[in-house]
Amino acid sequence: MQWNSVGEFFAMGGYGLYVWGSFGVCAAAMVIEPILVGKRNRDILASLKRERLADEIESQQS
Amino acid sequence: MNNKIINWFKFASPQSFYPLAGRMIPWFWALTAIFTVAGLWISFFVAPTDAQQGEGYRIIFIHVPASWMSMFIYLVMAFWAGLGLALNTRLSGMMAQALAPTGALMAFLSLWTGAFWGKPMWGTWWVWDARLTSELILFFLYIGFIALQAAIDDPRRADKAGAILALVGAVNIPIIYFSVKWWNTLHQGSSVNLAKSSMAQTMLWGMLLMALAFWMYAIAVALTRARAIILERERHTEWIKEVVR
Repeated sequence: MQWNSVGEFFAMGGYGLYVWGSFGVCAAAMVIEPILVGKRNRDILASLKRERLADEIESQQS
Repeated sequence: MNNKIINWFKFASPQSFYPLAGRMIPWFWALTAIFTVAGLWISFFVAPTDAQQGEGYRIIFIHVPASWMSMFIYLVMAFWAGLGLALNTRLSGMMAQALAPTGALMAFLSLWTGAFWGKPMWGTWWVWDARLTSELILFFLYIGFIALQAAIDDPRRADKAGAILALVGAVNIPIIYFSVKWWNTLHQGSSVNLAKSSMAQTMLWGMLLMALAFWMYAIAVALTRARAIILERERHTEWIKEVVR
């Protein structure tokens, strides 16, 4: 291992901004995308459940 | 004898693909986690400092996987789109649509990490050279595909229009890939080839593990999105009513 301290690790030999600017944006994107896709899934499932509930109420009343 | 053969067309129907994808997704997330941990460990703690670029070269461990995936996902997307045009299967268009946003993200990450690598090494965030420009066009092709499909209300017609765009745009992929050979460019040539790799063994392993991590991630997200698209498009069919029961 080439790092002697935590500070040295984050400094990345003077390239800290570029290395962490790359890895940071990458990590953020790959956390946010699954969250958004999961929300899309939950939204459509919730909408389908509401529709189903409405159908049931309708069939009970008739 | 016939019952020994898997009927692949069975999985071409959204109805049987939906539960299958649901069972596969957790496994792809598990693989993503394993490859990411192993890949990051090698990227930061095993791979040595580069003789020319110091620690700045470590961007390669995400730049190359993101670039590979941006091109690979496009080819898979074009394949599904072509299949949809030829066989008129419902699932094909949904798969192409599920892949496009993840592909666009990979193209964006490729450009972004490229800029953050170019600035310290070349002294500029961006140059209009063949490799960078063709990758930017790839990003626009993804955006164009998404926008075109979103603009057409009828999903089956949207699939057809998108498929033609995806297939025509596929010509850009070999242009990106060979751009560093065909034109004089600031971008370095490929570091990995079958005959001889110019990289240290540990660097190569780190890059391959990160590429696998990106690959598994892309499959997991695309399958999840495909499930959402299936529910959205098939919402008025009988089998969907069984799903939410």
